[in-house]
Amino acid sequence: MSRIRDNYENSRAAKFEAWLRGDYDPMSEGMEISVPKTDGSDDEIDPRAGLVISDALYDRHTNKALKRSGYVYRVLSVVLCLVMISVLLWMVQFLPKFGQPDNPANNEVSARYIEKGVEETGAVNFVTGMILDYRAFDTFGESCVLFIATICVQILLRIDKDDMTPATFRRRKESETDRLLEPKNDIILQRVSVVLVPFLFIFGIYIILNGHLSPGGGFSGGAVIGAGLILYLCSFGYKQTERFFTIRTFRIVSLVALITYCLAKSYSFYTGANHLESHIPLGTPGNILSSGLILVLNICVGSVVACTMYAFYTLFRKGDF
Amino acid sequence: MEFFRNFPFFSIMIAMFCGIVSSAVSGKSARRISLAMVTGVLVLSACTLVYVGDMGESVTYLMGHFPAPWGNEIRFGTLEAFLALYFSIIMLLSVLGGWSHVITDVEAGKENLFYVLIDMMMSSLLAMIYTNDLFTGYVFVEINTIAACGMIMIRQNGHGIVAAIRYMVMSLIGSGLFLIGLSLLYDITGHLLMVPAHEAIETVVAEGTYRVPLLVIISLMSVGMAIKSGLYPFHSWIPETYGYATPTASAVLSSLVSKGYIILLIKIFYRVIGMDVIVSSHILNALFIFGIVAMVMGSLHAIMQTDCRKMIAYSSVAQIGYIYMGIGLGTKAGMVAAIFHILTHAATKSLLFISAVGLYEVSDGRTDYNGLRNAAYRNRIAGIAFSVGALSMVGFPMLSGFISKYLFATAALERPHKMLLTLLALIISTVLNAVYFLRQVVTIYSGRPGESSSTSNFIKEAISESTFSNRFASIALILLNLFLGLFSEVVIELISRGLEIFA
Amino acid sequence: MIDFLQTLIEYHIEEAASMILFGIGFSLLLLNRNLIKKIMGLNIMDTAVYLFLTAKGYVYGRMVPIMNSGITDPNAYTNPIPDGLVLTGIVVSVSVSAILLSLTIRLYDRYHTLDLDKIITEWRKEEDN
Repeated sequence: MSRIRDNYENSRAAKFEAWLRGDYDPMSEGMEISVPKTDGSDDEIDPRAGLVISDALYDRHTNKALKRSGYVYRVLSVVLCLVMISVLLWMVQFLPKFGQPDNPANNEVSARYIEKGVEETGAVNFVTGMILDYRAFDTFGESCVLFIATICVQILLRIDKDDMTPATFRRRKESETDRLLEPKNDIILQRVSVVLVPFLFIFGIYIILNGHLSPGGGFSGGAVIGAGLILYLCSFGYKQTERFFTIRTFRIVSLVALITYCLAKSYSFYTGANHLESHIPLGTPGNILSSGLILVLNICVGSVVACTMYAFYTLFRKGDF
Repeated sequence: MEFFRNFPFFSIMIAMFCGIVSSAVSGKSARRISLAMVTGVLVLSACTLVYVGDMGESVTYLMGHFPAPWGNEIRFGTLEAFLALYFSIIMLLSVLGGWSHVITDVEAGKENLFYVLIDMMMSSLLAMIYTNDLFTGYVFVEINTIAACGMIMIRQNGHGIVAAIRYMVMSLIGSGLFLIGLSLLYDITGHLLMVPAHEAIETVVAEGTYRVPLLVIISLMSVGMAIKSGLYPFHSWIPETYGYATPTASAVLSSLVSKGYIILLIKIFYRVIGMDVIVSSHILNALFIFGIVAMVMGSLHAIMQTDCRKMIAYSSVAQIGYIYMGIGLGTKAGMVAAIFHILTHAATKSLLFISAVGLYEVSDGRTDYNGLRNAAYRNRIAGIAFSVGALSMVGFPMLSGFISKYLFATAALERPHKMLLTLLALIISTVLNAVYFLRQVVTIYSGRPGESSSTSNFIKEAISESTFSNRFASIALILLNLFLGLFSEVVIELISRGLEIFA
Repeated sequence: MIDFLQTLIEYHIEEAASMILFGIGFSLLLLNRNLIKKIMGLNIMDTAVYLFLTAKGYVYGRMVPIMNSGITDPNAYTNPIPDGLVLTGIVVSVSVSAILLSLTIRLYDRYHTLDLDKIITEWRKEEDN
């Protein structure tokens, strides 16, 4: 009887049945690509049984298969990178020459942006006119990238008040100690920032408001204001900053700005596509109050960026506002 | 009727607007807004499909006041409207099928952020389907990538974050290659909108200048998009990402995100570079080979998995291979087959992920192979749904998988030198698919006697917890699968008519 | 080879530089195990693309594209389009870097290392046990 049983256990049918049950894996020995399983297949019948797999399995020096696959991967990647750089470099010689006026890029598209830009958009800065009027959909997408990045960073780093899991509890503790370590009474920092911060704010606002007249615009101005906020926070601490900037401020400002942006642009796209009159005065080119929606959009982008920069800093530092 | 031409633009903007608003409301309201938004997009896309259905040409819609070479624009024909409709159906059912798990998987207080990601994902998918501008395409590819990364890491354990960073690094390599390809294309054509760029490329090809840069551009863009959609040698992030995300995220990631990139790549092939240039550049042969390798290797990896979710994820690697193989055939029939397979895979993979959820719920949360034993008796609808999905993947007649395999085979017959390899790969991959999917189906329908009675209390509890919407989503996805299988002529007709006006 | 180098230096030095930078960034992103260096690689890669784009927008002897004393002749200004693309690209790369950095913070919290290989090894161990 036992003899027959032995025969059955070695037969293909039994192996098939075992495989069907999930106890035996015929492919596990033949394939090197499944990295950690080469000599650990026996340990893995039931991953939940609490078996501790020896660390040697994961060590590059002892596990040869792992070492080999890692080695092959690295060599292939180096070869790939080298091939890519050399192909790109070789290709460069066939491109249009640098700085020539008759290159394909200097065609009727850029000509119209320059010739009619001021007349059609009201912006003296052709680049601003282009990104906020001719190609405004791209720019709206770009603000959405920034918005969704803030969302992702919040998902990762924000610590909520009512969340009591151990990991967040530890991180909250750390953030409390972070508050203690703040340079509260650093005279030099405070004196310097008292002088600098107002100028930073004014300069940022200037860049935003002159976005359609001179180099600058929402993003650069917003970044300057954000830097001012961060400097203020560093020198005076959270208590002082929270008197005028909390998570509520952040939410309201960015929400209002983004919704304004979305609605303003939707209106302009809708009128444009249906060939309707847009009723937005372009004003005299060169004045601050000119160029229709561009100024509004610059202010929106500027406030979103300023809030976002500050939010990134505080979220990175302590996971809260 | 004339008003209908605004609908694609409305659907993109509504999705973005809902995303922005959702960031400031509670999780529950965010879910409602999201569901309403996706339903709205569904209706709008259906109207668009009706509107463009009998026009026989694509509609160009200005995004702003300025026409083609100067301002942004979107463009839609039958295929785009149909894809938008289909993607919104899948998105709706994925959200419905997994929302109860979102509550448990996502940290308290951050649930609304998950729906922000869903909304932004929807808008970026729509924008990628509709856009007629290369740079808009790049910007929305980035939105899509970031939203996908957010969905992976929203389940805050070590797995999710490691998976997210691997996904992000691979994706960023892909977008970097795409961006440099885009800049080179701008340099030799001077246009970013697709139609003027195509005209410029035609003159470039006719004059014979810039032949090398054009070849490099085609390869950079194809490789970039292939990396982002997870073609075989770049697939390493797929199993971890799909395996550990919350079910809705897994379903959306596998069935929609990678498909958006493929659609954009097809659009670039047809509308920017031109199919004849692509065929003569031999990049298709490379995609074909990688597709074949992916079909076989993905299935082999899937056989080795003990975790059900990872098995489904590795099967995605194989299915992406099918799609690239279809594109690589370089014929119209191959392209139709590839697009049909995009639809098949979207319906089937979301069905598998959603129904697998129903199975874990009644198996004490175990996802490994043995833990799911007997699960189909405990949750009958999920069991049936999983079996239908598995059979469709294998290529059972009457289901959509059969039709797409049939389309691939007939498309291969037109290309004598690729025929043998294609058919061989199809056969091998089908057999391997059958091996691992049917093994799982057999397991969920077989159990040791007495096992079910010992835990019956627990099971009752779990079944009562299992949500109505999960069952609804499973049944709807089964019906969708059957529809694709039984009424395939309508869909194929739609795709081939859409492809004619796609260029 | 000499010819090739000569054309490269004479007409394409900016593009060549940006391609080399792109390659460096790409290799860092793909090969370096340190997460921070990966992020630096990403930024180098993006910056290389911006350098390429701005180089392609430049034309010898022309002004920046901001209207100066009422001249609207397209032959007086450089091409504004690449500048706009760079502006958009910068925002995208800032967002992506922020996400990667926050992922790095969380990973360091959990695994106390920045080496991605070590992190993945630790993670496989957790998964198998």
